[in-house]
Amino acid sequence: MKGTYAPMSVMKRVSLIFKSKANKALDRMEDPRETLDYSYQRQLEMLQKVRRGVADVATSRKRIELQMNQINQTSGKLEKQARDALGAGREDLAREALSRRQSAQSQLTDLQAQYSQLQGEEEKLTLASQRLQVKVDTFRTRKETIKATYTAAEAQTRINEAFSGISEEMGDIGMAIQRAEDKTAQMQARAGAIDELLASGALEDASGVPRDDIQAELDRMGAGGNIDLELERLKGELGQGEAPKEIGAAADGAGQPATAGASEAAEPPKGDDGA
Amino acid sequence: MIVRILGEGQLRVDDAVAAQLHALDADLEAAVERNDQAALEQALGALLERARQGEPLPPDSLEPSDVIIPHEDATVDEVRKLLTDEGLIPG
Repeated sequence: MKGTYAPMSVMKRVSLIFKSKANKALDRMEDPRETLDYSYQRQLEMLQKVRRGVADVATSRKRIELQMNQINQTSGKLEKQARDALGAGREDLAREALSRRQSAQSQLTDLQAQYSQLQGEEEKLTLASQRLQVKVDTFRTRKETIKATYTAAEAQTRINEAFSGISEEMGDIGMAIQRAEDKTAQMQARAGAIDELLASGALEDASGVPRDDIQAELDRMGAGGNIDLELERLKGELGQGEAPKEIGAAADGAGQPATAGASEAAEPPKGDDGA
Repeated sequence: MIVRILGEGQLRVDDAVAAQLHALDADLEAAVERNDQAALEQALGALLERARQGEPLPPDSLEPSDVIIPHEDATVDEVRKLLTDEGLIPG
């Protein structure tokens, strides 16, 4: 009968493994009272462990959240660079910026998947920790009752009952913590890799220090580029250029014509034309 | 019958559901035997879906389960370990 699998399902076998763990632990103790106190001690330790587990997962999740924000900024900045580069007639630079933006976007997709995975893990562990807390409280009450009321022989039976249930819970939660730790470690490693990527400037430099090469090239051409832009804008103002939408911008932002022109260019006309 | 889903807690299912679980469990067993991850995911998914229709046990119960279902994203390797004692953290 041992060799055949049919009568012994996966579900049943897993539960037997748990039970044999509990029985081994019970057999180690000679005095029932000792079993109760020892087990309660282990339960308290497990509670601390699961709370640490929840905190670790939350830390990891927050780190990923920060990275997602950073990469979002990068992506926006690269898009602006692409637009600026195109505006300055540098299609090669625009292409480079857009290709970096694409790689930033794919990192972002990865991070989003990890983020929701961690979020799910965190929720499950939080629930498990609340459940364990209630069980540990129940166990403590029951252990005192058992100690006070029963003879040693009766106590042993009662203890076995209380013990096997909580022991299963402890085994389960112990595994859940282990799994969460493994996943968290994997994600920490990936988060580290993304930090390096960000630091190297391969994706961007959101802070501007040190300047990345696309921005450097744009800045280098800065003066000349701005003159061209100014010319275009002026042509528009005189009614001979192809940039009629700049008219409103120029009227509003006469103080800073260069920056106003650059930012307004991205927006649709605001309807000043009719006024 | 009392069912534990690893990582999710315990539920009480009636006899009709228990019979269905045992039938689905045979698929799980076969998937592990064949080392077939896709089949395992399918069998496990079906098992979990049925089991989750049970009534959750109150958190202050200390009852052991009749059967234990592996956690949702378990791999063939992980289920194997569960069956050999290796995968368990002693309580």
